Amino acid sequence: MNQRNEVSDTPVQATDRQVKLKQHVVEIISDSGEGAQKAGQSFGAVCAKMGNGVWTVEIIPADIQPPPRTKESASGIRIRVGSKKMTNAGDEADLVVAFNEIAPYSRIDQHAFKKGTLILIESMWADHDAPEVRENYARALADFKERGYRVFEIPMEEECLRVAPGAKRGKNMWVLGMLCHIYNRDLSIAEAQVAHSFRKKSEAVVDLNLKLLRAGYGWAAGNLELRFDIPAMEQKQDMVVMNGNEALGFGVLAAGIEVCSMYPITPATSASHQLAESIEQAGGLIHQAEDEIAAIGFAIGSSYAGKTAVTITSGPGLALKTEFIGLGVMAEVPLVIIDVQRGGPSTGLPTKVEQGDLLAALYGQPGDTPKIVMAPSTIEECFHFVILARQIAEAFRVPVMILTDANLATGVQPFPRPQLRPEWLAPPIDQSAWQKGVNPYAWSEETGMSKRPIPGQKDGMYTLTGLAHTEAGKVSYSPEQNQHGVSMRSRKMAAFGNSLKPPRVHGDESGGDLLVVGWGSTRGAIEEAVDSARESGYKVSALHLHFLSPMEPGLKEIFDRFKKVITVEINYSDAPTDPMITPENRRYSQLAWLLRAQTLTDVDCFSNVHGQPLRPGNILEMITSRLNH
Amino acid sequence: MFGLNLDACIIDLPEKYYTLHDYEKGVARWCPGCGDHAVLSAVQRLCKEEQLPPEKTMFVSGIGCSSRFPHYMNTYGFHGLHGRAFPVACGIKFRRPDLNVFVVTGDGDCCSIGAGHWIHAIRYNMNMTVLLFDNQIYGMTKKQTSPTSPMGTMSNTHPHGSVLPPINPLLTTLGVSNVSFVAQTADWIPSHLYATIRKAYEHPGFSFVKISMRCPKFMPAAVDAKVSDKEHVCLLTHENGVPVDDATGRVFSNHLEHDPTDMNQARQLAANEEISYLGLLYQNKAALRYDLYGAHNLNYTPEQKIAAINQELERFTV
Ligand SMILES: Cc1ncc(C[n+]2csc(CCOP(=O)(O)OP(=O)(O)O)c2C)c(N)n1
Ligand SMILES: [Mg+2]
Repeated sequence: MNQRNEVSDTPVQATDRQVKLKQHVVEIISDSGEGAQKAGQSFGAVCAKMGNGVWTVEIIPADIQPPPRTKESASGIRIRVGSKKMTNAGDEADLVVAFNEIAPYSRIDQHAFKKGTLILIESMWADHDAPEVRENYARALADFKERGYRVFEIPMEEECLRVAPGAKRGKNMWVLGMLCHIYNRDLSIAEAQVAHSFRKKSEAVVDLNLKLLRAGYGWAAGNLELRFDIPAMEQKQDMVVMNGNEALGFGVLAAGIEVCSMYPITPATSASHQLAESIEQAGGLIHQAEDEIAAIGFAIGSSYAGKTAVTITSGPGLALKTEFIGLGVMAEVPLVIIDVQRGGPSTGLPTKVEQGDLLAALYGQPGDTPKIVMAPSTIEECFHFVILARQIAEAFRVPVMILTDANLATGVQPFPRPQLRPEWLAPPIDQSAWQKGVNPYAWSEETGMSKRPIPGQKDGMYTLTGLAHTEAGKVSYSPEQNQHGVSMRSRKMAAFGNSLKPPRVHGDESGGDLLVVGWGSTRGAIEEAVDSARESGYKVSALHLHFLSPMEPGLKEIFDRFKKVITVEINYSDAPTDPMITPENRRYSQLAWLLRAQTLTDVDCFSNVHGQPLRPGNILEMITSRLNH
Repeated sequence: MFGLNLDACIIDLPEKYYTLHDYEKGVARWCPGCGDHAVLSAVQRLCKEEQLPPEKTMFVSGIGCSSRFPHYMNTYGFHGLHGRAFPVACGIKFRRPDLNVFVVTGDGDCCSIGAGHWIHAIRYNMNMTVLLFDNQIYGMTKKQTSPTSPMGTMSNTHPHGSVLPPINPLLTTLGVSNVSFVAQTADWIPSHLYATIRKAYEHPGFSFVKISMRCPKFMPAAVDAKVSDKEHVCLLTHENGVPVDDATGRVFSNHLEHDPTDMNQARQLAANEEISYLGLLYQNKAALRYDLYGAHNLNYTPEQKIAAINQELERFTV
């Protein structure tokens, strides 16, 4: 064993035996540009291929090119691998590969490590020419030990240089090889993955990277006594691996949406990047507008003319779109609006997660603007919800908002490859003659629904207006007429809501001591926490809402079966114990407000605005403390 | 029957001949003497002359007196938001090359709240006819200063006179890259108004027409001088410009031969604050058109679409 290998006091566990695990959280962190993300993505893909559950999330520096060997430069990836489907990024890391001793501190700031976290660190800094680098390295290692991490020094660069001179930049593939050995991955699958990911490069590049992969694998076999195994399920289906934004992009394609009109904004932009690659071949186009107002205006114009459109944005952009959303509701223009939420208010936390736009989505416009708001809770749902949203928008002649967030946007998860269906695609526009005498807003008294004429349809001519209007689309300021129009647009919500099923309780449907209610990206963490609590005997269940406007039916009845109901959300709420806060003036988190109003249940809330995905461990703590209380 | 071959007798008549009546809807509710009436008549005449199918014709507007225009046309119409006619019109045109798109906008709508979209719409150069109803005042909201109000205009927001020099819509438009058509006309010269709008309609691209407009209610002074004093008006003439008929040419006797491809002279004329040059200031039929890009991949079959998506999914499959 390499002399400098283990610097922990506690001996590594069983040498020849693999330690069987249910799941592990691995991080690879480096200076930006060293390829940690590529190594992690490949590792995730290998695990997915072997049938493991995987969730990966990139660790991205805030600046474009921060100076090397600084905390700001730390860039990398977290890969959570498990036997079952992984639905979230998990708690603290179990094993960390660090390319220098400074990068880990950016993660320590995020409370990403725990006592016992294994740190595999590049050892070359110990012999660095500059004494301050050597000192800093030694100091950091001592500090890691102090914090209870178990540190392994790994001669990454030295070993890479053995494979080929100038192979420094291939360190990431060497690390991939090392991880494959540690986690007992099938080397041939890893080789195929590496070849695949470098397929656009020359043969020499592919060969070099394969060599590095094998060298890392071989080195770990000869020098490291860490062996883990995470048993996998048998993989029968083809799987795709992508992040939530990519899934949204595929949803847009699979929905046959022809126009994606957007203005760049983090963390939504990458959805358009994915689309930009392929939408043209699929018979659609991206329009990068001059601003978010123009982006939605363009989409509404397109949709008015019969070509269903989507606009994708994040909080600040949503704010700008407000007036047009109101027009979309008023004039009943089908439209899909995607909001990939980030931290707010104002410019807020551009790259971080928050679920702070819920109330803005529902009530952000002046006047009564009922619309449909839905929130996918998994990456796979990001894909399917766009298809669904287009259909609902068209059928109910209404804007449909999809709320995702930075956590879903960047989280990567395998899911079964969708079998595309022609009926998902927007049909060609109707250009048959409009039935004479039928009004452009011939509202059904029962459902509020009506059919719209599309420009080009003979005898369907009408002027769309955002002013109050009659069924004929004529401007009207009559009191009764306005009351009628507003109620017809509201009635569509009831009609749509009545078509929804009550949500399914995760845990015990018959009731219990606590019901944890969530929406959007937090589902995986909530349900994982609830499962652990239930294993320890707590009578707790979870309920996850996918529709926020109108809400799924039957909530009150479900709530009544539980002693306490609490929402878990990533947005602001006053803590009951905060100064000045009373039960009367407490500001609740956003879903809690809605549920309290809608169900007259004393719904509590647990939320924060740390800008981080919620960890199952934190939710579990909350559950146990509430129930032991 | 009777030995007649009926098939041979049938003349190939157009399906329908549209009359002016086919384009009229309701009674326009602008003030008596408002210039908007004149534009409505000219546009309806254009539709008839060109036999534009009403169902294939779109009027898109923002908010303002002028933006009520679509309500009086028996075509498709989109009376949207204040300042936002351009993005909507561009969205309509992007994937619907078959529609004839007109934009009707006011000086506040276009040059103030919608100024950003205006600049970009010029650059997109999509095939549409843009009519700027420039009455130099906010009509709808009752006499506030507009960005085109001459300095010193007494308005409800500047009772002692407006304090900034106005924006020059012609010069601004001429300054944007990819500009392709800029013309000026006036509501009180019907023949020139019609000829200009027609020229704009015929232009393959974003044709911008600034129409000097009377607002007898709130801004009578601005235009009255020009209406009465013909010395302040000069008609541009050129074989490729807006045709000037004899009668109009006689009434407005100042003429200037101007080649509409001459950008430098166009800018000089547009910048002249003493004289209104009416006619075609600039035209470039070769300017790049974003609507052609927008329409380059229309009507893919479901099979084509699914094949393309599947191919892309391949990249993400493990
Ligand atoms: C967002 C928004 N801001 C302000 C208004 C109020 N408003 C309506 S029309 C108008 C000005 C219209 O002036 P102009 O565009 O010159 O048209 P005109 O009435 O003179 O034809 C304003 C400020 C509005 N409808 N919407
Ligand atoms: Mg005006």
